[in-house]
Amino acid sequence: MIYVDHAATTKLSDTALKAMMPFFTEHYGNPSSLYTMGQQAAEALEGARRTVAECLHCRRDEIYFTSGGSEADNQAILSAARWGKMRGKTHIISTTFEHHAVLHTLQKLEKEGFTVTLLDVHENGVVSPQQVADAITDETCLVTVMYANNEIGTIQPIAQIGEICRAHKVTFHTDAVQAVGHLAIDVVAENIDMLSLSGHKFQGPKGVGALYVRKGVTLYPLIEGGAQERRKRAGTENVAGIVGLAAALKEACEHLEENAANISALRDKLIAGLETIPHGALNGDLTHRLPGNVSFCFEGIEGESLLLLLDDKGICASSGSACTSGSLDPSHVLLAIGRPHEVAHGSLRLSLGEENTPEEIDVLIREIPQVVEYLRNMSPVWRDLQKGERSYVIQ
Amino acid sequence: MLYSEKVMDHFRNPRNVGVIDQADGVGEVGNAKCGDIMKIYLKIDGDAISDVKFETFGCGSAIASSSMATEMIKGKPLEEVMELTNKAVVEALDGLPAHKLHCSVLAEEAVKAALKDYYDKNNIAYDPKQFPNVDCAGCH
Repeated sequence: MIYVDHAATTKLSDTALKAMMPFFTEHYGNPSSLYTMGQQAAEALEGARRTVAECLHCRRDEIYFTSGGSEADNQAILSAARWGKMRGKTHIISTTFEHHAVLHTLQKLEKEGFTVTLLDVHENGVVSPQQVADAITDETCLVTVMYANNEIGTIQPIAQIGEICRAHKVTFHTDAVQAVGHLAIDVVAENIDMLSLSGHKFQGPKGVGALYVRKGVTLYPLIEGGAQERRKRAGTENVAGIVGLAAALKEACEHLEENAANISALRDKLIAGLETIPHGALNGDLTHRLPGNVSFCFEGIEGESLLLLLDDKGICASSGSACTSGSLDPSHVLLAIGRPHEVAHGSLRLSLGEENTPEEIDVLIREIPQVVEYLRNMSPVWRDLQKGERSYVIQ
Repeated sequence: MLYSEKVMDHFRNPRNVGVIDQADGVGEVGNAKCGDIMKIYLKIDGDAISDVKFETFGCGSAIASSSMATEMIKGKPLEEVMELTNKAVVEALDGLPAHKLHCSVLAEEAVKAALKDYYDKNNIAYDPKQFPNVDCAGCH
């Protein structure tokens, strides 16, 4: 099997698993309990908080653990909106290609009377700091821009956007779920007020994430019912998960540069190999790109059938394709970078991790063009393109 | 699993893929914007389908639905072909997920569009009500 869907999820690292195990079997105490076993769990929790804070270059008491990236995004945005509304500010700035955890939360706020400006991300999938500066008004209470896109891997100019937001005294949140553990992040230097992360994107466990909130920025709880997480997130802490997240993040940050160098070399080899497929194109900027992301559109075929055939060959990949999501519309990310509907349907995302090998890349470069050709040979769209009865969008 | 074994079999080994040159009837439905296009080619001998081929741009269930529909009409008399329903295609495939049912509708529509094309080309009278206007209802 070749697993190239690391943007969807990753395998738990041995280090994380080892760190977690005692909290299932021996130290299963509740961190809120007074006796020794409970306090041992509380200490582990605070140790994990310190580790995460060190990786992001912030203070320990600026980290709040959540059930994952989506909860962190929801809490950050809803908090900033609520705080804004209390001061009469109901304008929010974001981009057209955010994760749905952000976009759907913004849609909910629009129904409650907020005005949302979604910035264009251009053909290369990168928003410019100037667009953010131009969109800020006296009414703006929040700017939320993802650190790196989950489908096409483009990295946004977060530090410059942070600087602009700080100068305008506007709260700046970034959904960094795809970036943490893969890119060097310094929340202080980059003027980030709130940042969401998710454990399972960097070989930690699923169901656990964190929200960084700069001291001085108001945070409201989404979940009521206890004093956990300094009253901002009720519910008995997922101690094993949090410990696993911290262990995985520490490991990822310690090997960040070497992993990024190795993975991006594989990525570039794969991109070069797939670029030989006629009428196919890489999605998103080549330079400002996550080390592991490869995203292509191929004309004349549909993504789901491509994924099913790759699965038959033991290749686990993903697509921004409509059919995989249960909706009929193609990926909003691909539409946001200007791919027409018919081309956006033919998308393929391969996201690499440190366990992938050059040999696996060779297999992908050999197999994917064959599957694309097979599907094109039964596609009436491809036949029309070849006969000149329909014009190629990708030359 | 998302799909039944029957669907996966017809997806992996689609029957009757291809084109019939000089086809007696050709029907194309769906559009690329929605992510599904089916094209059916019919060869008609007397009052029966002597050969049928298809081309499909679409997801796994679209390819499987076209494949199954062509199997169901091959060699059949035209009046029987007119009775083909999307429900029958779904049943023959041992079911489709709810959000994929439109693929079976497209398969029925493609077959009927090809038949209509044959009737039109040969000035054969038919009841237009049997051929409802095909639109991309499932999409947008």
